[in-house]
Amino acid sequence: MKTPFRTAVLAIVSKDLRAEIRSRELLSVMAIFAFLCILVFSFALELDRVAREEAISGVLWVTLVFASLLGFNRSLAQEGDQGNLDAMLLAPVSRPAIFLGKLLSNYLFTLIVALVILPLMTVIYNSNLLKGWLIVTTLLGVFGFSAIGTLLAMLTLHTRSREAMLPIAMLPVALPLLLTAVRATTNILNDNPAREWLVWLQLLAAVTVIYLTLCWLLSGFVLEE
Amino acid sequence: MSDETPIIEVENLSKTFGLLPVLRSVSFGVARGETVVLLGQNGSGKSTLLRLLAGLSKPTAGVIRIGGWQMPKEAMAVRRQIGLVSHQPLLYGNLSARENLDFFGKLYGMAKGERGERIGAVLDQVGLAKRADSLARDFSRGMQQRLSIARATLHQPEILLLDEPFTGLDQAAAERLEDLVLSAQREERTLIMTTHQLGRAPALAGRALILARGQIAFDGQIATMSAASLSELYAGVCGGAAVA
Repeated sequence: MKTPFRTAVLAIVSKDLRAEIRSRELLSVMAIFAFLCILVFSFALELDRVAREEAISGVLWVTLVFASLLGFNRSLAQEGDQGNLDAMLLAPVSRPAIFLGKLLSNYLFTLIVALVILPLMTVIYNSNLLKGWLIVTTLLGVFGFSAIGTLLAMLTLHTRSREAMLPIAMLPVALPLLLTAVRATTNILNDNPAREWLVWLQLLAAVTVIYLTLCWLLSGFVLEE
Repeated sequence: MSDETPIIEVENLSKTFGLLPVLRSVSFGVARGETVVLLGQNGSGKSTLLRLLAGLSKPTAGVIRIGGWQMPKEAMAVRRQIGLVSHQPLLYGNLSARENLDFFGKLYGMAKGERGERIGAVLDQVGLAKRADSLARDFSRGMQQRLSIARATLHQPEILLLDEPFTGLDQAAAERLEDLVLSAQREERTLIMTTHQLGRAPALAGRALILARGQIAFDGQIATMSAASLSELYAGVCGGAAVA
């Protein structure tokens, strides 16, 4: 008899939150990296005001993607290094429940970083990133990245040099998400009419749903040997 | 199913990693309530066999049945009946002993009241009741091993798979573990245990399987054997120096 899906997912999420609140290993690394990334881009583009304004959405998403990569690697390493993933796999829990539990934890951590860097970029880049639809775009895009990142981090968990393998595996796969998220963000930031950014936002939602479905279906195969 | 039917049935089991055969056509059965010690040199396939029995790995060929259910295809039906103590502690360092057990209790679908009761009981059994709220990362290797045993027995599995459980334990902790194994035997649980400590094997298990080069080189009763004669048998079968 399987443990109820919801019970397993909530147990994994609450376990990850509890461990992170205690250690702050993941969030601190992600937040510091994101902060430094924003600063470096800011200095690099300082002399060209136009280029700086045009690059904001790119800086935002590149920062989020790289910070999330760090987070996904660390989050799954906590399961792999002590063999804890085996302990979860031993339990009568469906594999998609383990995937969803880890996905929601990773999503929460990446979202916290995103919600910190949005006001930070608003100040540093002197451009309002705290717009409602931009936050919706961020919520959606980060969820898509978290889905792919969690699955690929599970896949690369037992590979040699997994820290390098995850970006190599994830970045090409995440390209459709990155492109649609950047386009939607740029249009929202430029205060373009809704018809111009809504199509990108819808595309981002569609890509996220497709990726989530694929990751969900593949999670069983990835988690089993 | 009658009591005579083995609870664990392994038929022509083979496991290959890449081109390297680790297990080659292994067959055996384990009766309900039996304790079997799995012996063999490093790399002989003991841990791989335990992982296969636990449903954590897929056989390349052959069949494993646990309680009549085929592994790993029907593993979900028997996961609740299996407890595994691995080389690694399978614990979260940033959680306390109690939090670790609570998490695994939830994964096994135990209700809150039952979890609290069982966590208290297993922590008491492994002698960690006073350290229940200490973080697992602050535990010594021996304490982590004891907590790992508590984790594996929390859901009261019928089958316990122990992979070198005595590794890293001091004398007192090893004696406590021996008591736990004997207590599991009294509760008529089925135990399969790998070890390099031949001296302990006859006292703990009625039967031994010796794996050599991925095959069962010996399958027989050892309860009446002395440690020295088991050691001699082992050296003869494995063709290497015995470990006392």
